[in-house]
Amino acid sequence: MYLEVKGLEKKFGNFKACDQVDFALEKGALAALLGPSGSGKTTILRTIAGLENVDSGEIVIDDKRVNELPASQRGIGFVFQNYALFRYMNVFDNIAFGLKTQKQPKNIIQERVEELLNLVGLTGLEKRYPSQLSGGQKQRVAFARALAPWPRILLLDEPFAAIDAKVRRELRSWLRETISKLKITSIFVTHDQSEAIEVADLIVVTNHGRVEQTGSPLELYRSPATPFVASFIGESTILSDYGCLKGFNKAPKGAVCAVRPEFIRLFSPNEAIQYENCVQDGLVERVSFRGNVLEVKVRVGDFSLVTDYSLERPPISLGDKVKVLIYRLYAFEGVTQARLVSNDGLKSQNNGYNFEI
Amino acid sequence: MKNTNSIGQALPNAFQPNLWGRRFLIVITTLFALTFLVAPLVVVLTRAFEYGWSPFWKAVTEIYTVKALRLTALTTVLAVTCNTLFGLCAAWALTRFQYKGRGFLITLIDLPFAISPIIAGLIFILTYGRLGWLHPYLVDWQLRIVFNVPGVVLATIFVTLPFVAREIVPVLAARGTDEEQAAVLMGAGFFTVFFKVTFPHIRWALVYSLILCAARAMGEFGAVSVVSGHLRGKTNTLPLHIEILYNEHKFSESFAVSTILVATSVIILTARNVIEQLAKKEDESNVFRS
Amino acid sequence: MSVSKKVLPGFGLTMGLTMSYLSFIVLIPMFSLALEAAEVGWAGFWKAITDPRIIASYKVSFGCSFIAALINAIFGTIMAWVLTRYRFLGRRIIDGLIELPFALPTAVAGIALTALTVDKGWIGKPLAELGIAVAYTRVGIVVALTFITLPFVVRSVQPVLERLSPDYEEAGLVLGASKLKIFFKIVFPEIKPAVLTGFSLAFARGLGEYGSVIFIAGNKPLKTEIAPLMIVTRLEEFLYGQATAVALVMLTASFIIMFLINRLQIRSATFCEG
Repeated sequence: MYLEVKGLEKKFGNFKACDQVDFALEKGALAALLGPSGSGKTTILRTIAGLENVDSGEIVIDDKRVNELPASQRGIGFVFQNYALFRYMNVFDNIAFGLKTQKQPKNIIQERVEELLNLVGLTGLEKRYPSQLSGGQKQRVAFARALAPWPRILLLDEPFAAIDAKVRRELRSWLRETISKLKITSIFVTHDQSEAIEVADLIVVTNHGRVEQTGSPLELYRSPATPFVASFIGESTILSDYGCLKGFNKAPKGAVCAVRPEFIRLFSPNEAIQYENCVQDGLVERVSFRGNVLEVKVRVGDFSLVTDYSLERPPISLGDKVKVLIYRLYAFEGVTQARLVSNDGLKSQNNGYNFEI
Repeated sequence: MKNTNSIGQALPNAFQPNLWGRRFLIVITTLFALTFLVAPLVVVLTRAFEYGWSPFWKAVTEIYTVKALRLTALTTVLAVTCNTLFGLCAAWALTRFQYKGRGFLITLIDLPFAISPIIAGLIFILTYGRLGWLHPYLVDWQLRIVFNVPGVVLATIFVTLPFVAREIVPVLAARGTDEEQAAVLMGAGFFTVFFKVTFPHIRWALVYSLILCAARAMGEFGAVSVVSGHLRGKTNTLPLHIEILYNEHKFSESFAVSTILVATSVIILTARNVIEQLAKKEDESNVFRS
Repeated sequence: MSVSKKVLPGFGLTMGLTMSYLSFIVLIPMFSLALEAAEVGWAGFWKAITDPRIIASYKVSFGCSFIAALINAIFGTIMAWVLTRYRFLGRRIIDGLIELPFALPTAVAGIALTALTVDKGWIGKPLAELGIAVAYTRVGIVVALTFITLPFVVRSVQPVLERLSPDYEEAGLVLGASKLKIFFKIVFPEIKPAVLTGFSLAFARGLGEYGSVIFIAGNKPLKTEIAPLMIVTRLEEFLYGQATAVALVMLTASFIIMFLINRLQIRSATFCEG
């Protein structure tokens, strides 16, 4: 493992920002630290960079403990949330700053800055000042500035937070491509799960200063380890006491679960279905058009479930009676464990259905 | 408010007295300003030139005036230089790090503003004067501070100590430390970070505070009067020289010498206003562009 | 663990310089004050500060500073109002001149104000005909202190008025409040903390002022001597202990005022945020 964080602890007064944080990263990996605000993800990033001292724990880069190393000698490139570009220096001087402190010869600096300007697509803007750049351009400059002194690890703090939605899309895929092209080990912090899933190879989910789960986006989706992960990744509906749902009657009393939109399928009452015995009746409470799909809210007993409904299927409207099939759900066991549970009816019929994403 | 009379034209605000009320308030303001701000300046000038140009010139170029002017200039330059260095250090130490006792430090820096200049002079007499507790050591080193130039400089430094720090601290505190952190991550040392990254953000505030500091330093009377001993030609600053001339009933001479200080303070005031405008403009243009 | 490690550089250098400078310029000299007071002892201290001449000087200092601060609270508020809300010929000049008392050396201010207010002066003459003497009386001291402390109230009220959104006043007007009612119920509560801050700053500054006052006061014992002058007088008599005693009383007064100002500013800050 190229970067290892072991048992990291950090307190600000009485507030525990990091509580026994452990994770590791292979060389060249692109990881996301994902969590709600206040979950400690930025603090983890800053301790790795050396901008924050740890109370206990170890940070190891390339098999060497770096806790005692000052920030400047850890070989880290950092992209700040608000970019922190030097406001009184132009684009060229911003990117060249790290090279100048390394006392690189002039021609090397010139070459490297040009190379990076080319990489981030800002050639010709080297004389501009930060205040004359758009949000996306500033981000690219910040990125180039962090990369200029050949860092070992690139850290990005909420890199897309300050950019408007449309440009954000473009930047995400651009960043992904660029980082995989450069093969530099990178970690970025985000509170946006779709961003993490789209960009990262590895996601570290944090909550209340603890790591809830580490894994690839697919792993987190398929087998969330904790209720928090189950409900944070994807748009889930949380149900308590779900034992009354058909096909899940074995659930203990008072058990809680999360149901994803894609775990549910709706049928019109006159449609013939194979698994009659595990289908329940529902009432359509709301239908909203989402561009390429309908989002339907349906009432089943005491529960309101949200699911997607294809436009290719028979029309559906408010107040319709429907049949609801719940394939599977995430059953929570206590507050620390979650498990994928399939509908009993489907199992007994042994239909060979396989859950694929 | 349809009235567009040039005297008493109101800005679009809901609460306004009627036109006569507004005129009344403006007249009060103008009269108050004329009595307290304009009249003293005019009276100094008229009294200075009471007997024409040549007595004025004689008073201004007299040897003791020139010597006093030199001492005032020296004191001002020293006080401004020392307090600038101190102010920058203090601002960095106060805003860039977290530690206990910051509040106490700020109070300590503010202290000279809360103290009467006379008390400022008194404490230096008590410390370095003939009966002061540090006096024996000064004798060993053959140093004389009180009733000597170092005392005048020290008293002036004390009185003007807070100016630079007080102006820079809020500016630095309001800016985050991200730019500095970015620079440190890239391996920059203290001087690089300070001069390349931080300094451009505080230069207007610094110039502004330098001007205020200089104004106070050159005009300081109470503290300097206590420690100087009024040795004409040696420890007399311009304000003290004016006092001596006045007490000797050489009124027009003392007003003549005063014009030097009046002119300087008008220049300082103008510079202050210009810099305020410039800083505001730069601020606005940055806001608009970003 | 390296708990005290600082991320940004320069802590040792800047902190070291700051501390040594403060010790040398402020702490050590201030310490002498305590040393001298201890030497005088309680009895000597009490005797020094209860001398009739000293008590008279306290009365003059506190009384005149208070009146001057009050004048400035009233006229300063009016000036701030006029300067922010109206446009008229000479506004910019007056606005630019407000800080003159801070820029003009106090000795110059002192002799200029004296020349204006003596019975042959431009202002003193008409007043003398009315039987009002200004120079060499307590009125003169008030005039000097009013000049010296003029910027405080104006400059603390002005920014508040500039920020004050007309919406509040408009809302009051729409709701049918009378103009005076709007001023006292809506505008004045907003600027009150600033007026009070300016007033206290002016009062504190007035207590310590020396240069401008001694020329205009006439310095008659028991009548127009101010407390700072008494410190100087005692120093000239080489009565350092008595001078220190008088100084400590003045210091205590200024500290109490500064403390009140801080409380005031904290309160108005939380009020604005809340």
